[in-house]
Amino acid sequence: MGEKTKTPLIRLAKRDGLNPSAAWGIRLASILVALLLGSLVILITGNNPFEAYGIIVNGALGSEVFVRQTIKNAIPLLGCAIAIAPCFKMRFWNIGAEGQITAGALAATFIMRQMVGKVPSVVLLLAMGLAAAIGGGIWGLIPAFFKAKWNTNETLFTLMMNYIIIGVVSWLQIGPWTANQGRMAQFDEAACLPKVMNIHCGWIIVLVLVVFMFIYMKYSKHGYEISVIGDSENTARYAGMNVGYIMMRTMFLSGAICGIVGFIVASGANNTLSAEVANGVGFTSITVAWLSQLNPFVMIAISMMLAVLEKGTSSLNTWLAVPASVSDIIIGLLLFCMLGCEFFINYKLIFRSSHNGKEGEAK
Amino acid sequence: MSNLRINRKKNKRFGILICVAAILLGILLAAFIYRLVSGKPFASVFRGFLPWFLALAVSAVAYGTPLMFGTLGEILTEKSGNLNLGVEGIMFMGGAFGLGGAYYYNQLASNPNGYVAIAIAIISAFLAGAIASLIYSFITITLRANQNVTGLALSIFGTGVGQFTGEFMRVKAGSYITLSNDLKDFFIMCPFPKFIQNIPVIGRLIFGHGIFFYLGIIVAVILAFYLNKTRSGLYLRAVGESPATADAAGINISKYKYLATVIGGGISAIGGMVFITTIAGCTWNHEGLSGFGWLSVALVIFCLWRPTAAIWSAVLFGALVDLYNRLHLAFLPDEIYKILPYVVTVIVLIFSSLRNNKEKQPPASLGLAYFREDR
Repeated sequence: MGEKTKTPLIRLAKRDGLNPSAAWGIRLASILVALLLGSLVILITGNNPFEAYGIIVNGALGSEVFVRQTIKNAIPLLGCAIAIAPCFKMRFWNIGAEGQITAGALAATFIMRQMVGKVPSVVLLLAMGLAAAIGGGIWGLIPAFFKAKWNTNETLFTLMMNYIIIGVVSWLQIGPWTANQGRMAQFDEAACLPKVMNIHCGWIIVLVLVVFMFIYMKYSKHGYEISVIGDSENTARYAGMNVGYIMMRTMFLSGAICGIVGFIVASGANNTLSAEVANGVGFTSITVAWLSQLNPFVMIAISMMLAVLEKGTSSLNTWLAVPASVSDIIIGLLLFCMLGCEFFINYKLIFRSSHNGKEGEAK
Repeated sequence: MSNLRINRKKNKRFGILICVAAILLGILLAAFIYRLVSGKPFASVFRGFLPWFLALAVSAVAYGTPLMFGTLGEILTEKSGNLNLGVEGIMFMGGAFGLGGAYYYNQLASNPNGYVAIAIAIISAFLAGAIASLIYSFITITLRANQNVTGLALSIFGTGVGQFTGEFMRVKAGSYITLSNDLKDFFIMCPFPKFIQNIPVIGRLIFGHGIFFYLGIIVAVILAFYLNKTRSGLYLRAVGESPATADAAGINISKYKYLATVIGGGISAIGGMVFITTIAGCTWNHEGLSGFGWLSVALVIFCLWRPTAAIWSAVLFGALVDLYNRLHLAFLPDEIYKILPYVVTVIVLIFSSLRNNKEKQPPASLGLAYFREDR
């Protein structure tokens, strides 16, 4: 082929498995690019980016109190990311974690109101956790049922389910369950999660869930079925799997874990139920799950990173009077860069000018 | 063939007839409910009902207009097979930048002109939305990332940028920013002359709304014409339905996807600007704006991806958004009204999948990335 013929300037070729350390190198580079872009935003506000990042790190990890708060922020993110992993593995786009958290918190609160004072604290907490799992599970099961039965679009369905349950809770909050001025009463002492190392014990539950989900996805028959459906639904059907049933089962599990996270947030962190119990965690955790390649252990790192950013920028707000919304911008940039960098892990660019296929490796 | 066409025409006429009947029935029903609630005798009901209904219609249109723009943009985007869940962020950015454009024009120009201010607001909102969707398109189309996740990331990013810009302008100006009263009036002005507006009932019901409502209708009609009657629109739909087939037919998939998503994002962003400049009274109000993007995504389903249907469904959703202010029923708590749009959308979604009507479905490849090599 002559040089003058129409060879495109850049060609793409699929890589056959980049070695993992190089892949993580590219991912780290993308995080650096995101932080660089973020420093532009900080420059616009007229502050020194280095100073600002220093404040962010210091504000999130500088003292024991800050670290505790950061971990508190990371717990729901991690928990929901774990919940979402099997759905996304199955290519069932569950973006209803927000609603499933709320449904779980609602169910737990309902049980709390029924049983508080009548049973010991341990029984009460267990009952609340169970109710939360069932509540969240049912909220996840409904879209899965319609998807399995009539192939209803699950992305849009789960999205709508979020706002329905949040609306119900905000009605309860100012209506039947209100305590003072549109807020619900604080939970009874017995209904709050006990503290371990000065953080509510939700972190232990979530870490157990990490291990559970890793084993479930990697070594169980259920996990195998999920990954087959994700790769090809027709193959799964041909192999005799009941795709609809597996979908409903997985969504129930996913919703149940989200529900438990809702219970942890309501009982451990907030000690009350409000319509903002999920507060965007359901959406952010989806990106956490996806960016960690659905690997539960990587999720710990990514959710911690986002929590550090979130907590750190709030102290940026108090120290340098930078609008708090900077955290959303930097998190958004981070997500963009990390989403984009997967492309450079899966594909390589080949430029026209060289015959030997000099590989251009952009970040 | 000709038989079929006649049948379809008859069907269409029948459909319009049913629509008119349904609207009349709805008015009667509303009157009946009003009677039940107010407990007044039936004759006086209509005297009290009419102003109430007109006020509801006016506010429904006001709330429906931002939704209409958001929905129209998202319809165009989704027709290309891209499910852009970033509408919430796009509308935030459109709102902040649209207001910013108009505000700085107001500050800098010695003798600001209302029409120019509107044009600048529209252009800056459109550009903000277009840039946001360009990021989305680059990541999903060129870099082949997952659409759902990228859309959510855009939502987070866009709400951040919108809020940041709104607050940043306020801090810079030292006080909260707004336009001069003359310019504010331009944004809510009605394009029809007074004597038409003064026609009883119809004048207020049809000709009494702000300029953006009529602009939205024009956009909807153009979009419907483009999608259904032009060759390029046909290609776009082909890209959304079956990219592999379209690719084989020699259609440039990436070009269509990019253009549809970027222009669609721009149109959605105008919705955010309309909210800020009309309902929020030309001040930055992110609490009021939040949720409108997600409602727009819901509306796209509700009107089954048809631009002309977006007009009346946006007004209907606008009424639902505002209804809790206007209709108090003992058995239905106010807060529950707010979830009605979403419940209705879910029902529509279920029924459209149940009926399996070929023409009333999401674009077949919605949310799926297309790589030629992966076929």
